[in-house]
Amino acid sequence: MDPSLRELYQEVILDHSRHPRHFGALDNATHKAEGYNPLCGDRVTVMLALDEAGRVADIKFQGKGCAISQASASMMTELLAGRTVEEAEKLMHGFLHLVKGEAAEDLSPDDREHLDVMSGISEFPMRVKCATLAWHTFKNAVEEGDVKVGVA
Amino acid sequence: MTAPAKIISAFDVEKARADFPILARQVYGKPLVYLDSGASAQKPRVVLEAMTRFAESDYANVHRGVHYLSAAATDAYETARRTVQKFLNAAREDEIVFTKGGTEAINLVSYSFLAPRIQPGDEIVLSVMEHHSNIVPWHFLRERHGAVLRWVDVRDDGGLDVEALDAAITAKTKLVAVTHMSNVLGTVTPLKEIIARAHAKGVPVLADGCQAAVHEIVDVQALDIDFYAFTGHKIYGPTGIGALYAKRTHLKTMRPFNGGGEMIREVTRDLVTYADPPARFEAGTPPIIEAVGMAAAMDYLMGLDRVAVKAHEHDLLTYARERLKDFNWLRVIGDAPGKGAILSFEAEGMHAHDVATILDREGVAVRAGHHCAQPLMERFGVASTSRASFALYNNRADVDALIAALAKAREILG
Repeated sequence: MDPSLRELYQEVILDHSRHPRHFGALDNATHKAEGYNPLCGDRVTVMLALDEAGRVADIKFQGKGCAISQASASMMTELLAGRTVEEAEKLMHGFLHLVKGEAAEDLSPDDREHLDVMSGISEFPMRVKCATLAWHTFKNAVEEGDVKVGVA
Repeated sequence: MTAPAKIISAFDVEKARADFPILARQVYGKPLVYLDSGASAQKPRVVLEAMTRFAESDYANVHRGVHYLSAAATDAYETARRTVQKFLNAAREDEIVFTKGGTEAINLVSYSFLAPRIQPGDEIVLSVMEHHSNIVPWHFLRERHGAVLRWVDVRDDGGLDVEALDAAITAKTKLVAVTHMSNVLGTVTPLKEIIARAHAKGVPVLADGCQAAVHEIVDVQALDIDFYAFTGHKIYGPTGIGALYAKRTHLKTMRPFNGGGEMIREVTRDLVTYADPPARFEAGTPPIIEAVGMAAAMDYLMGLDRVAVKAHEHDLLTYARERLKDFNWLRVIGDAPGKGAILSFEAEGMHAHDVATILDREGVAVRAGHHCAQPLMERFGVASTSRASFALYNNRADVDALIAALAKAREILG
């Protein structure tokens, strides 16, 4: 078996994709966006509730997609809960570097350890977009997805 | 179970494989198993050599200049047109318009033929199994001219419902645009019957032949078809070239498409007059080397026993279906009688992209996704499928590799 395949589809990733965390609708969402990958038709909706301090008080996602996109969305929601938008964006940049096989200096050692399971994607350039879909959607939700404004 | 090495028809696949240099290469240290010819087919050496030979010895621009090479290149280009004429059994060579591909051929019909004939509320009949290049040009007419798109469903086996198609053709119908072979289901549509029914109501028919042209023997005169669009790169030819067959009577009424050199008769400061078809629709310097390459691909195909090639491809499909019977977690989509050598499937609990990634690492190239046919995906309630498409150079060992790789995917993801 190709070791890079085992690395890509390791148990943690398959577990997240089969049993995604924070999956479902978020009734009190303040921000929301839909991400779409026109190459494969995968969709993901990211919903979050920002508190007054600008922290991600709650976050959920819905959608259908490949194991990588589902696992990535699931892990993202776990990691982003409780962070400020600023911290979240820093984390996102680190993640984007990581999956492209670049130095992920923005990541704290803890975050690096958490996200390490996703680093195998850098061996599969055609699949990087699957891993980043949820993160880009999160960013979109924060920037343009204010539910009250109704842009989403 | 392993592949019997026996050759089952007059077509010698191992001999044909030797014609395609790329099949000798490996990917990830494994033999290349190319099952994505529906997206783009590999090129035989004769095509590559014909293009190189032409570029090295006879190349210049066409239809301009009086020098020796200009004449040689024009001759090669117009010979290529006659090869297309022969390939489709068109009555006249000037019924063949070179385009940059199937997409441009359909856009040409949309813009030059249909748009001026559309009044708001006029209808275009399509099947739900069209791929986007035979959908979006008609959406343009919906957006810009108020045309209404009438969609004809397929049966659960993926066969076209001809009765439903007939019923969808009304006094308002201006065109029936239908695929000759579905790029997802492999369904081959009964074009002759569709055309007869449409013509009985005075409606012209366009067939999207992008998938079919390589597998089916197309005879535009026997079909009595109005427009037949196809692309070079799916028939073992180069990219950047395709053609539209259109009846002379239609071509003469069609307005110009792109404006530029080659398509004019005379240009002054105040007016312009246009060349006769097909030049009217071939503005600018055409893909000359590619036209020579596409003609070489057609000559290659016409040099084979095409009935035997089709039987060979069908044998691969039957063999694959047989072997897939053991995989009860896999659902094949598209089972219409007489379908072509395309196998689309959905694997339980496994997304098509994950399946394709694992197959890829086994050297097996398939397509995964919506195949640019989203209305069809919706019809079958799937977001995406994996698709293995067979070409003349595939053999039973390729099918065995596919089956083994699928078992591996199940092992990893299942």
